[in-house]
Amino acid sequence: MILAHLLNEPVGVSHYLVVGAIMFVCGAVCMATKRNTLGVLMGIELVLNGANINFVAFGSPYLQRGGSALGLEGQLMALFVIVLAAAEAAVALAIALNFYNNYNSIDIDRGDQLQG
Amino acid sequence: MRASRLNRPFQWFTVSVAEFLSRYMPWELACTLAALVHAALILNVIAVGALFFIWLERKIAGRIQDRLGPTRVGGKFGWLQTLADGIKLLGKEDLMPGGADGFLFKIAPYISFCASFAAFIALPFAGGDMPFVAQHLNVAVFFVLAILGLEVFGVILAGYASASKWSLFGAMREAAQVISYEVPLGLCVVVPVLIAGTMDLVTIGDMQSGLFTNWFIFHDPFCFITFWVMFTCAMASVNRAPFDLAEAESELVAGFHTEYSGLRWSFFFMAEYGSMILVSILASILFLGGWHGPFPIAEWSGLTTSEMFGATYLANLLGMTNVLIKATVGVTLMIWVRWTFPRLRIDQVITTCWKYCTPIVCFTFLGVLFWTYQGLPSLGDAMGTSKPLFSVHEVGSVHEASAVPHEKPPVDSIARVFGSRAFGSRALTSQSFESRAPGSQEAGR
Amino acid sequence: MENAIYWPTFFFLLFAALACAFSLGVVFAQSVVRMAFYLVLALASTAGLFFLAGAEFVAAMQIMIYVGGTLVLLIFGVMLTAQSPFVSMKTRGGDWLLAAIVGGSLLAVLLPVTVAVPEWRGMDRAEAEAIEVVPTATRLGMGLLGVRVDKNDQQYESLLAGMSGYLMPFEIVAIHLLVVLIGAAYLARPRRRREYSDGVPADTPVTTV
Repeated sequence: MILAHLLNEPVGVSHYLVVGAIMFVCGAVCMATKRNTLGVLMGIELVLNGANINFVAFGSPYLQRGGSALGLEGQLMALFVIVLAAAEAAVALAIALNFYNNYNSIDIDRGDQLQG
Repeated sequence: MRASRLNRPFQWFTVSVAEFLSRYMPWELACTLAALVHAALILNVIAVGALFFIWLERKIAGRIQDRLGPTRVGGKFGWLQTLADGIKLLGKEDLMPGGADGFLFKIAPYISFCASFAAFIALPFAGGDMPFVAQHLNVAVFFVLAILGLEVFGVILAGYASASKWSLFGAMREAAQVISYEVPLGLCVVVPVLIAGTMDLVTIGDMQSGLFTNWFIFHDPFCFITFWVMFTCAMASVNRAPFDLAEAESELVAGFHTEYSGLRWSFFFMAEYGSMILVSILASILFLGGWHGPFPIAEWSGLTTSEMFGATYLANLLGMTNVLIKATVGVTLMIWVRWTFPRLRIDQVITTCWKYCTPIVCFTFLGVLFWTYQGLPSLGDAMGTSKPLFSVHEVGSVHEASAVPHEKPPVDSIARVFGSRAFGSRALTSQSFESRAPGSQEAGR
Repeated sequence: MENAIYWPTFFFLLFAALACAFSLGVVFAQSVVRMAFYLVLALASTAGLFFLAGAEFVAAMQIMIYVGGTLVLLIFGVMLTAQSPFVSMKTRGGDWLLAAIVGGSLLAVLLPVTVAVPEWRGMDRAEAEAIEVVPTATRLGMGLLGVRVDKNDQQYESLLAGMSGYLMPFEIVAIHLLVVLIGAAYLARPRRRREYSDGVPADTPVTTV
């Protein structure tokens, strides 16, 4: 059985990259489709997390023959991405709250004043 | 002198519960059952601890208020009162408000409880050669703090899903309070990590071996202040009075758990008591020596260096008793404070956090930095009781701190057992045999 | 016991399945609170994946900062902007189709890349079990202070040249966080929202005679 074979063998970088790709695409679709501003923000978080998975996977010494490709840089970049994502989420939330206070709605389609 | 060679078969036996079970059942099932044994042990700590501490709280509350407390169930002191309460809670009607979001309403208590329970994974109950810890993590302190911060999700979801404005107010207040107090709590925890040079709780505990003058709380005056600030922040973090306005009976009916009854409510309660036990044990490991008592009885009686079968295990049991006693003292202190002080308002709570706790702890952090940088002696050094505080040795090209001088692991196959057989998850075990000595050379208890 | 289950793979599959399932849940959930909840679980599963890859410090940071900080903030925002249940914010069908096409084509581009390189496919079990476990917290800490202590393990000369410390980004990020703190507090400051009865907007200055 394929699953039995899969469960006996160690995973490699590819497996992590697949998860990262799925998460990234889910985030991108979220950003594209959600009408709630906070839904778009959640999409941004998913995208950043997908990228983080990739960084950590390349920096892991257990997934590749001959050690990691990035070494410690993988984890360090993931660290900085997490910190910067938190900062950006704070500011984006402040903007979203201002939007809500002005339009009394969190629907991002209402913010079309600059169009045309 | 290293730990007895006779203890190694004992260690092999206790560690390889999975291997023992695998003689009778397939390997996967054996591993799962062994993991369930670990989980059941930790669950017992929370459940039995909650049972005991709820009884203790009612007794202490009674005495402070000049009355007796429970005296009927189970004898003169009402030992089994909590059990009777539990049975009563099980028999209550399980209701849910009409407009509530069903899925979130039901899952909220479990999230709180799981967060409280999961933090015990990295918490050691005895250290040294064979630490009593579920997962020996290198970043244990950070992990425990991170998981503690997840408890707030259960509260927020409970408040939102109850479809009642009192619940929502209580939940929002509690979330603001908990995440505000994470900041000074984190800074307080950094102080002993700074002194120890590692985030590994087993190593931090082992560095405080010997007489009580070696405890980090007596390391320098700044550490002493930090302990009390940490205790205050920990009390605020677990929503314990006088910071318990999230459950303020006099104001919000019952805050975020207004609409919960029966078993669901008791999960919130167990989560609260579990967190109290957790932060008490954390404070005792970081500042009060953990599993080392005030006098190293195990070392004086020769238990740590004995060749007797199971001597190290016995010393570890003694250490675990020490940890549980200190946790009880911590929780008793919290109970005492609860029934003595009036409740703080939300603005007073936030003011205490940002205008008092955080500046004080920043100041003590700088003070400890100054103390260690200048090489000023700690109390243990001054009284001549301290062992070498840490020994620095090389791991590859890194100097890592460990409590005892470095030795090569004597039996390489033990590393294989820990590394690959016991669930094989290397990264989760994170046990590098280069960076801490397996033989506890001078570890007193 | 060579056909026995390899636990790291089992846990990887568990956490990966949870992460993907909850990410899909975020996309398809209707209520924004449920979306936030699924996002919490997805990010917590990602932290589990980080633990398995040996990045324990990053995983603990993910739980503490991302899940315990950023998502709490997000949930606060959700509660503060909660609308009445009669306001419908459903995406139109055409938008879903377009998003599906874009997302699908992105996935179709990314997935073949992930399996393209043979070195990424994984190694034998014997090789995997022979790797030594190395804790990374000290190395990370020293790297953030500018001292690359993992440098000596690097065999390739060309890669050694690019290994500098991370002290400058560390300091920049510290200042950046301070700026963000001030900026977010300023942007989200409360303003009086009283409307006067004669239609005068709330923030015209009041002049007294």
